[in-house]
Amino acid sequence: MSELATLACREQFATPEQQRETATIGMWAFLATEIMMFGGLFTAYTVYRMSHPQGFEAGSADMNILLGSINTAILLTSSLMLAFAEHSAQAGNQRLLSFFLIATIVIGLVFLGIKFTEYYQHFQEHKAPGLWFEDSSPHASSIQMFFVFYFIMTGLHAVHMTVGLGILLVLLFRTFLGTFTAHYHTPIMFGGLYWHFVDIVWIFLYAIFYLPGLHK
Amino acid sequence: MITNFRLLPQSASSVAGQVDLLFMLLLIVCAAVSIGIAIFLIYSAVRYRRKSENELGSQNRYNIPVEVTWTVVPFIFFIAVFVWGAKLYFEIKRPPDNAITMYVVGKQWMWKIQHPGGQREIDELHIPVNRPVKLIMTSEDVIHDFFVPAFRTKQDVLPDRYTTTWFEATKPGKYHLFCSQYCGTKHSGMIGWVYAMSSTDYQRWLTQGAPEGSLASTGEKYFHQFGCANCHHFGNQGRCPDLRNLYMRPVLLTTGRTIAADDSYIREKLRDPDAQIPWGFSSGVMPNFTGVVSEEQIVALISYIKALGPQPGTQEPSSSGAVPAEYGTQKGIGGPGATSNAGSQVEER
Amino acid sequence: MIQAAAARIKKNYLNEKIGLLSWLLTTDHKRIAILYTFSITVFFFLGGFFALMMRLELLSPRNWLVSAGTYNKLFTMHGIIMVWFFLIPSIPSTLGNFLIPMMVGAKDVAFPKLNLVSWYIFMLGGCVTVYALFRGGVDTGWTFYTPFSTSYSTTYVVAAAVGIFIAGFSTILTALNFIATIHRMRAPGLTWFRLPMFIWSMYANSVVLVLNTPVLAITLLMIAVERIAKVGIFDPTLGGDPVLFQHMFWFYSHPAVYTMVLPAMAVISEIVPAFSRKPLFGYKAVAFSSIGIAVLGFLVWGHHMFVAGESTYSALVFSFLSYCVAVPSAIKVFNWTATIHRGSVSWDTPMLYAIGFIGLFTIGGVTGLFLAALGLDVHVHDTYFVIAHFHYIMVGGAVMAFLGGVHYWWPKISGKMYPEGLARLSALIVFLGFNLTFFPQFILGYLGMPRRYAAYPEEFQMLHVLSTAGATILGVGYVLPLCYLIWAWQYGKEAGPNPWRATGLEWKSSSPPPTHNFEVTPVVTAKQPYDYEAMKEELQLV
Repeated sequence: MSELATLACREQFATPEQQRETATIGMWAFLATEIMMFGGLFTAYTVYRMSHPQGFEAGSADMNILLGSINTAILLTSSLMLAFAEHSAQAGNQRLLSFFLIATIVIGLVFLGIKFTEYYQHFQEHKAPGLWFEDSSPHASSIQMFFVFYFIMTGLHAVHMTVGLGILLVLLFRTFLGTFTAHYHTPIMFGGLYWHFVDIVWIFLYAIFYLPGLHK
Repeated sequence: MITNFRLLPQSASSVAGQVDLLFMLLLIVCAAVSIGIAIFLIYSAVRYRRKSENELGSQNRYNIPVEVTWTVVPFIFFIAVFVWGAKLYFEIKRPPDNAITMYVVGKQWMWKIQHPGGQREIDELHIPVNRPVKLIMTSEDVIHDFFVPAFRTKQDVLPDRYTTTWFEATKPGKYHLFCSQYCGTKHSGMIGWVYAMSSTDYQRWLTQGAPEGSLASTGEKYFHQFGCANCHHFGNQGRCPDLRNLYMRPVLLTTGRTIAADDSYIREKLRDPDAQIPWGFSSGVMPNFTGVVSEEQIVALISYIKALGPQPGTQEPSSSGAVPAEYGTQKGIGGPGATSNAGSQVEER
Repeated sequence: MIQAAAARIKKNYLNEKIGLLSWLLTTDHKRIAILYTFSITVFFFLGGFFALMMRLELLSPRNWLVSAGTYNKLFTMHGIIMVWFFLIPSIPSTLGNFLIPMMVGAKDVAFPKLNLVSWYIFMLGGCVTVYALFRGGVDTGWTFYTPFSTSYSTTYVVAAAVGIFIAGFSTILTALNFIATIHRMRAPGLTWFRLPMFIWSMYANSVVLVLNTPVLAITLLMIAVERIAKVGIFDPTLGGDPVLFQHMFWFYSHPAVYTMVLPAMAVISEIVPAFSRKPLFGYKAVAFSSIGIAVLGFLVWGHHMFVAGESTYSALVFSFLSYCVAVPSAIKVFNWTATIHRGSVSWDTPMLYAIGFIGLFTIGGVTGLFLAALGLDVHVHDTYFVIAHFHYIMVGGAVMAFLGGVHYWWPKISGKMYPEGLARLSALIVFLGFNLTFFPQFILGYLGMPRRYAAYPEEFQMLHVLSTAGATILGVGYVLPLCYLIWAWQYGKEAGPNPWRATGLEWKSSSPPPTHNFEVTPVVTAKQPYDYEAMKEELQLV
């Protein structure tokens, strides 16, 4: 066991324990960075929602609440799958681990598929901001503002999803190589942290983009 | 080659002396402290200069009373400066009620100024001494900044909103006007002069300009030209609010909030008519004038609405009870159906 | 002589592997520090060249050397290069990278590969920015104020913003690496209160960078989106709010100012005890003042906007908090001074820089009090007073500290001593040149000379001429160390492991250090940092 442990420890660390703790600190610092990044956007969104209340409500009413809700459910399911994967990794069950990783990846892809379907619909309805944007209501510029934030924030989220899928693929590959054991599965944990973080961000995005137009 | 070299700027406004006083006091204290630290530093470095290669310094690590002192004493001093600076700021920011209002529109790279009497200037501003002057400012493009060093005033001029500044010149003279917010290629060319004049000179200047009419009467012209009068014809409470006695009065909005009908509110109605609709009216009625009416025309329209505003001696007193000085310059302003307000003029020219 | 020869043969991080590839693919924090040193030196002289061109242009009240448009590009590129490609990475990426693992007794930083990736990201960001520069430059000012930057400027704003955006990731990753290293890689026995002050300040600095840089990234991203898609985010004609941009920008950029000066304070807090042979006075107060600056630094951004149209009451709060953040800085100055008092003070070059730093930083600090005073700021805001103030902090502070630090640790980095006489002379030249350049700008500012003016009224000329004269002297002062330090790398005297007889762990290793820093992982038993008393024998001091 100790041989395995030394194998999994890089030269700058004294023990695998130290390596794991160091990586954990790094991971949380990274998530703090991510929170500040989305935080800036949420702040800007809040400021404009206050100054353009009608436009933001009208914009939100144009969202496809059904697809948005399905996507929320899907993403939560993917997080659940990944939680199972983490559990399997802890238990050292490699077969279950790879099964749940594949499940997470597939569900994540479905999420992105639905997201891009939505984007396509927005383009068709001329809601994508910029040259293609068309709206005849008196709040056109505010609605465009809503869609600017919608595209930037969900787009940034989709980029994070894509990166997350890349990470999961690498983890899956390493699972096939048999890297992870009951004693060494820190990367799975970090992949999970990242994925859950992206998931939580989506819940906020769902709340601020899909729900304001509901009562119309 | 070098003319008028000086170490302190001209001081020509009611607040300049106070700003200089705070500056000088801070300068003396800070210079004393800095020089004190420098002397102590050099003294220590010389007095305790290493005498032999193997010498060791004192191994003293801390002295709590001394450390507490040099934390608390500066803090108390900082708070004092903060309070003084804040008091001064409130004075610089708050225009007196009897200030003459002038309108400034900044654009790349010039200052356009409109007087209540209808006089227009570019890159020049003529003002009387010993009278507070309030500037309501906006920009047609990027952010500019109206800076008159001799008056110690400065205010950013933002597009799509009004900012205000004020000053009271104390000495007749010619003073620099700078744009101090970087605004593009010819930023350093966006400069001009402020001429502070004695009241007789100022009166002469006002009449020399011989404008076609006061700013408010120009506004009245626009009021008809842009078709405002078609709906806002007074006396008929139809789909549009009555604009008489509106200026600076509280307006109840459909949202239940109350807002003062100030320059910014009136301007916003032209740019975004459906925002902040008054109680009892509906959106979608008034057309949007964005891109139709220029900033300078908006200023004239506001002046017109202002002239229709609550006048002293009329049935309802205005909220501030103030007498805007520019009424004296506006003769015979009235709207369709409005009674002449000539009788309410308070200041003699 | 024999010892020197033996040291020459000894394996160290410089000679263990050779060839260009061994440098470009290294994961050794010391080599990465050298890579960064090389890059930021290039950027420093590029930014300095722009500054010199500006100063030359300002010799005359009229445009005589360059056009107004070119002048605007000069100050913009000067700002962008100096802020993001020199000042912010300067001390952390070079001295920090080299020293943090050594000072905590580690073999390397926590994530060595990430460290190398950071350098590549930094270079990529730098290349994109330089590309923007060669395509014709940017003229928005380093502050990118909207709506000028989004709707009116016709220059390469997006390319420059992308360059800074990319470089930002390098900053974040380096900071993240330092945080993890400081938290978890400390040698046995090295508790928080036994750490050198350098580590405390760099830690505070890294925390700030991790939290504020992403906000800049997102703000620049919005600028780029607005320019490319022509939608309104900050442009008021399309429903945006230009003041929101200023809030977001300064939320990043005010803490960023502290990320330029905290590392400088870190360096000074090492030099002063080492050259006074005395523990840092009031260690805990200095340590907590770093944390205080990091925390309060996030709450004062609004003091850049006292005349920008923010409400009077928020101006009050920001002014008050700005005075609060002045307290920890004052504490540091007093503590450094007290450390020198009753020490055994040597006048070696690093100490000259440190003493210069304390003086200039004090002037920069107290002029900050003028700017934080609301009523006074109205007059001096956006004038040369502000320029002088922040150059006293950034150049008089950060650059002086950087040079002091480079001289202090040069024997460790290169294993060689530099020519001391020449080094002292250039420290003096830098100090005098700096003051001649920037002191007249305080007077100019109070007279009302606005910043970013390519041409100006004649009455300001005399002070501008003085300032330009100072700038040429300052330029000489910067070129000299570049020359003799390179010379010393090859021809300098052997330094030995601890030429200054300082106490830090980095001096326990040989100079230059071996690839993994220490032959044996050090164990710290001294109860306190800077423990000269305990190390008397070892350092042969009496």
